[in-house]
Amino acid sequence: MFTKSILLVEDNPDDEALALRAFGSSNFPHPLRVVHDGKEAIDYLLCTGGFSNRNPNEMPALIMLDLKLPKVAGLKVLQVVRTHERTKMVPVVILTSSKEEKDVLNAYSLGANSYIRKPIRFEDFVDTIKEIGKYWLRFNELPQNLG
Amino acid sequence: MNSITERAVRILLVEDNLGDIRLTKEVFKTSKLLNQIDTVTDGEEAINYLKKNGKYENNKTPDLILLDLNLPKKDGREVLAEIKTDINLRKIPTVILTISKAEEDIIKAYNLYANCYITKPIDLEQFNKVIKSIEEFWFTIVKLPSD
Repeated sequence: MFTKSILLVEDNPDDEALALRAFGSSNFPHPLRVVHDGKEAIDYLLCTGGFSNRNPNEMPALIMLDLKLPKVAGLKVLQVVRTHERTKMVPVVILTSSKEEKDVLNAYSLGANSYIRKPIRFEDFVDTIKEIGKYWLRFNELPQNLG
Repeated sequence: MNSITERAVRILLVEDNLGDIRLTKEVFKTSKLLNQIDTVTDGEEAINYLKKNGKYENNKTPDLILLDLNLPKKDGREVLAEIKTDINLRKIPTVILTISKAEEDIIKAYNLYANCYITKPIDLEQFNKVIKSIEEFWFTIVKLPSD
């Protein structure tokens, strides 16, 4: 059976490693998939480009999306996710170091489910990743066709 | 602009069940963050509150909305649709908090851009746990939009 996965869109290798560690040390049975720029994220979700052979029925249960990304910016990825029938219901959590208030407003206005600033301390970062997983995958109800 | 960290977080609770209102307020009273919960008990009042109609003229915009689905006068789904199509209101994170576990309700809520969908457990202890998880996630992990 297919297990719900989480898609992490992150170009910073340090943050990627931290997220993987945080997931590894929590008890979530969800695989974490990582893509490294905005174009790769869109290709993954829409099963285009390098992901044209991916099963389009296997949608992630959650997307953790950085804002400052190479090739296609995070807010643009969010916009694309929210306009495609197949992806519009997938929860998107913005996970960014941006402190710009306009990024917060734009993200919520474009349909981000929540906006989270990356904590600087390692322990706080790990806790935050765990809390995101707990909240979205344990307490929150998702449509069954997601993941 | 006043930052949320310098004032009480404003929550609008749209709920017609008086028991649930009382329990929800009890949980938020234990929060580390100063908060103020305003309650309206039907969908029409919710829209009047948010659009600052009539007696709500001098109201401040809430930082977070907790919205039940089955409401008198105007259904929660209609309220959600109005919030998420209003350019000034759509940025406000809106948490659906309902007893309904119906797949069609979950799908409809996400299609209307609900920020998340939480079902209310009937068991009192579980109910408190769920409300606490909402309080912790949205108050301590998430960055809410400032006004």
